[in-house]
Amino acid sequence: MTSQFLPLLPEITLAIGACVVLVVDLFVPAERRDTTYLLALAALVATLVATVVGQPDGVRILFGGSYIADPMSRLLKLAVIVLTFFVFVYSRPYLAGRGLYNGEFFALGLFGLLGMLIMISGYSMLTVYLGLELLSLCQYALVAFNRDSPRASEAAMKYFVLGAFASGMLLYGMSLIYGLTGSLEVIEIHNYLIRNGVDQIGALLGLIFIIVGLSFKLGAVPFHAWVPDVYEGAPTAVALYIASAPKVAAFALFMRMLAEGLGVLQADWQVMLAVLAVLSLVLGNVVAIAQTNLKRMLAYSTISHVGFILLGILAGTAQGYSAAMFYVIFYAMVTAGAFGMIILLSRRGLEAEQLEDFRGLNARSPWFALMMLFIMFSMAGVPPFAGFYAKLSVLRAVVQVDEIWLAIVAVVFSVVGAFYYLRVVKLMYFDEPVETGAFQEGGGLRAALSVNGLSMLALGLYPAALMSWCVAAVSW
Amino acid sequence: MPVEQITFWIFSAIMIASALRVITARNPVHSVLFLVLTFFTAAALWLLLEAEFLGIVLVLVYVGAVMVLFLFVVMMIDVNIAPLREGFVRFLPLGALVGIVMVAELVLIVGPRYFGSDRYEAPPSAPADYSNTEALGRLLYSEYLYQFEIAAFILLVSIIAAITLTMRKRPETTKYQTPGNQVRADRADRLRVVRMDSERRERP
Repeated sequence: MTSQFLPLLPEITLAIGACVVLVVDLFVPAERRDTTYLLALAALVATLVATVVGQPDGVRILFGGSYIADPMSRLLKLAVIVLTFFVFVYSRPYLAGRGLYNGEFFALGLFGLLGMLIMISGYSMLTVYLGLELLSLCQYALVAFNRDSPRASEAAMKYFVLGAFASGMLLYGMSLIYGLTGSLEVIEIHNYLIRNGVDQIGALLGLIFIIVGLSFKLGAVPFHAWVPDVYEGAPTAVALYIASAPKVAAFALFMRMLAEGLGVLQADWQVMLAVLAVLSLVLGNVVAIAQTNLKRMLAYSTISHVGFILLGILAGTAQGYSAAMFYVIFYAMVTAGAFGMIILLSRRGLEAEQLEDFRGLNARSPWFALMMLFIMFSMAGVPPFAGFYAKLSVLRAVVQVDEIWLAIVAVVFSVVGAFYYLRVVKLMYFDEPVETGAFQEGGGLRAALSVNGLSMLALGLYPAALMSWCVAAVSW
Repeated sequence: MPVEQITFWIFSAIMIASALRVITARNPVHSVLFLVLTFFTAAALWLLLEAEFLGIVLVLVYVGAVMVLFLFVVMMIDVNIAPLREGFVRFLPLGALVGIVMVAELVLIVGPRYFGSDRYEAPPSAPADYSNTEALGRLLYSEYLYQFEIAAFILLVSIIAAITLTMRKRPETTKYQTPGNQVRADRADRLRVVRMDSERRERP
């Protein structure tokens, strides 16, 4: 009986941890908020251990096919837990300096992570949808977390309305698929479509609605309108949270729904994803050039990275899936680092979100300028950093399925995109500093940023460390 | 035509008509009341499907609790319709075009051709002593236990979110009563007897 629920250990640990954080925070006076923070980190570490220890090897399906523990879920869970850990470490000094250092941030962050774990392990449409809603609710609340900021409230409102709309779309698509196949379970849907042929226009309509809903959550063009506004309007710590780990979970949804559930319709969703990917690559990279606000620039850069991730998925081969998985994990790490740099340069009364704020960073701190250099080069895809290998492996997968033109578009717009990443590097190294104030203090922030920056170099030099996991994760 | 089908058509017609009125009524209070009617007819359709428990829950929870709360909110915030209708004419062509295309697609696909009742065999009707509530409970606590727990966490998060976003600490200047102190007050706290020497009044 107990061993039957063993694969569920990470979710159970995290749920208990989040509730403990929530309750303990009520009894902790405001000046000792660090207790809550440390408890939240402890909950993350416990969940990490539970994922390593509790998740058995091989594939286990629980609850009549609505929960799956497989190599992919294990890898992606580890990724989102570690990312959330970094997010919390980065967020602490930012929140503390702005009167936002509340226990609710950590509680909502942990519950959001629970939603991500559920999404990653969801094997029926109902579970997947509930996990997505759990995550989304936490995100809406976190965006509006700074109640005195009209910009944050506006961003939260936009995010909420568009997000509810996208959830409706997704749910409608799911209901159509359910109506056709008579089952909510991914594996049953797959079997039904194999048995009954693929020329079902009803399944196609369901597929369209599902792709619309998922693309919104991932932020692919033309469902990207919320991304820049939310990144800019939300507190930087929250933008950091939204931009990193949830993308990994959204990728898991694409894999479960499209690759596993509706794999029979591959020819159809390949075309749709190709359109989304090309639009994302073009719009993301071109519009990012015009941005002077770093957060907005990162938002458009997210959109262009999403294009790359979609390219990997649409290749539809094991190589493509593993490349996309490597890319999404790399992307979440590098984005967390970029937002961490914004937090490092900010202080009370100054949000270092303008490109100007990075002017002459090298003169102020050579070490952190170097870290930002690593991050920007990674995003641009300069060898030997991780981004180069991530882009290369996606392109290789796309070329192998003879979609040469997609690869060409991706390369051309990566070159266009390199301009705005290198502009940041130029500002840091070749311009005089205009801002000379002190950095945000916090040893944890600095240590985590250094680890994050160096990991980009390490992952670029030894990509096999992560890539072999990704390959093993999709070998079903 | 059997009685069941006639009832179905009547309730469906009422439901669609009242759903239309929800979005076309000018007065928001009327909209809410039409929504109540929509839910009520939906509950009747549930009953036709032999899902008595769900039908009753729809009436009790949605009609009885949620919609009454909704009515309160609508009446209290005094919605001004005029600004909401601004730009209606300007966006009408685009909205109508998108709407017509969507409806056409849906009619083509979600029609009898793919989802017709002849494509699915009718479920056997349950015996008279069949307990809907029990069957639902069994499903919720066995097959759908995991989803049930997740739903519980979603509710918890919505409570946390609502409290985080709305509760504010009262500022120090707010005056409020403490009943304990009020009870403990004695004469000396309320009344001070001041002794003063009498003074001669100066003549102007």
